[in-house]
Amino acid sequence: MVRAQGVRKSYGREQVLKGVDIEVAAGEVLALIGASGSGKSTFLRCINHLERIDAGRIFVDGELVGYRERDNGLHELSERDACRQRAQIGMVFQRFNLFAHLTALENVIEAPMRVKRESRQEAVEHAMALLQRVGLSAKADAYPSRLSGGQQQRVAIARALAMRPKLMLFDEPTSALDPELVDEVLSVMRGLAAEGMTMIVVTHEMAFARDVCDGLAFMDGGVIVEQGLPSEVLVRPQCERTQAFLSRVIGK
Amino acid sequence: MPLRHPWRMFGSAVVLALLAWLVWSVYTNPNIDHAAIAKYQFAPAIFRGLRVTVELALLSAAMGVILGTLLAVMRLSPSLVLRLSSGIYSWLFRGTPLLVQILLWGNLALLFQHIGPFETNAVLTPFVASVVALGLNEAAYMSEVVRAGIISVDQGQHSAATALGMPRMLAMRRIILPQALRMIVPPAGNQFISLLKATSLVSVIAGGDLLTQAENISSANLHTIELMLVATFWYLVLTTITSVGQFFLERRLGRAGTGIQANP
Repeated sequence: MVRAQGVRKSYGREQVLKGVDIEVAAGEVLALIGASGSGKSTFLRCINHLERIDAGRIFVDGELVGYRERDNGLHELSERDACRQRAQIGMVFQRFNLFAHLTALENVIEAPMRVKRESRQEAVEHAMALLQRVGLSAKADAYPSRLSGGQQQRVAIARALAMRPKLMLFDEPTSALDPELVDEVLSVMRGLAAEGMTMIVVTHEMAFARDVCDGLAFMDGGVIVEQGLPSEVLVRPQCERTQAFLSRVIGK
Repeated sequence: MPLRHPWRMFGSAVVLALLAWLVWSVYTNPNIDHAAIAKYQFAPAIFRGLRVTVELALLSAAMGVILGTLLAVMRLSPSLVLRLSSGIYSWLFRGTPLLVQILLWGNLALLFQHIGPFETNAVLTPFVASVVALGLNEAAYMSEVVRAGIISVDQGQHSAATALGMPRMLAMRRIILPQALRMIVPPAGNQFISLLKATSLVSVIAGGDLLTQAENISSANLHTIELMLVATFWYLVLTTITSVGQFFLERRLGRAGTGIQANP
């Protein structure tokens, strides 16, 4: 479903991604772990072309993301084509980023109506089903400022699912939550994984990575250092850097 | 017993005394003809001018808001040409005195006798020239106000809209601008009050506004101060109404979805 080859990206002089290669099969759930500043969030934002890349290629469902290949190299896609690609990839953010001036329901129906041109009735029906699924149908008319962090994040997941994406990207979805609110979000994600959604999850939740994810990749210094089954990488990391990181995280 | 502030009370007393003295000295001044003020306060010519002033302010404010928003969006565009054109516009219209701009628009016929197939003076009547001059100038200031509002919206809102596949302009219209409004309204109200008063400058091209009418009357009867006091009164009425409107608008916007997300 996702194939990245030699993805490089710099901000000015600082090289953030130094050649990232990764492959995620359809229906697979991949955990992407690593210290802050290792480039994992940046890489995630490259997958739906929120960030431009300097070199390499990213394919989603066989389609090159953000660029068109022509005889003399890569050309950035027109805004319309880039938007069409993004509409098929759901994204959930660390800080939820719900539209603050819209209610939960309006947040969910906005893109289906405006981008996919669904009728209001169709969009509302789908949105209510999604809100029910994340356990928030009672909060459909609440503004984000009236919701807890866990509730906001669940609405954000429903908002992303409303576009019927073929891939979901999660950027540290529980890092901004109070500890007692983490589980309600993780259980929604667990349900998604069980239904066969392809997911890439940047996370610090090692238990979630171990129990739910099919693969785990450890990033450090802008490259993927180690990759494999979560049970193996977490228990018997081969690489020194992975060992050091895991002992820091799990040792806590 | 609450704490006493003797110096604060003394200061207040001085201010009140000065104010009373000022009002009294104007009121009892033998050079002021109170009958003239009473006669012109509600005169038809003054009302005609008042109406023109209100029309000028509303039309040029509308022009300023629309054009200013466009300029602000251009200023934040990825395209260098658009950014540059918007920058040059602001530079030109903020960099020259409004009075000069009004005189230029009012006398454009000296430069171009015709605009397309039309005679310049037929199209650019003093009223139209006034709206154009005030509106174009206002747009340059409003673009900065709107730009500040757009920048104040959290970057995450852009990311979320983009990730959902919304094109830039759609995200701007549906997501960013509605949230920027809360930041835009207070300085925009300020701008509107400035604009209301700046309409008086069009009296130099006989714009027909409140001040033009007051000056026309006073040049005939020489009651200069009296008619300026009449005009002053009406300007204060207009700006007071605006301030009250702004207060209610801000309260309304503050109540709807806030721009700040609750603590997670």
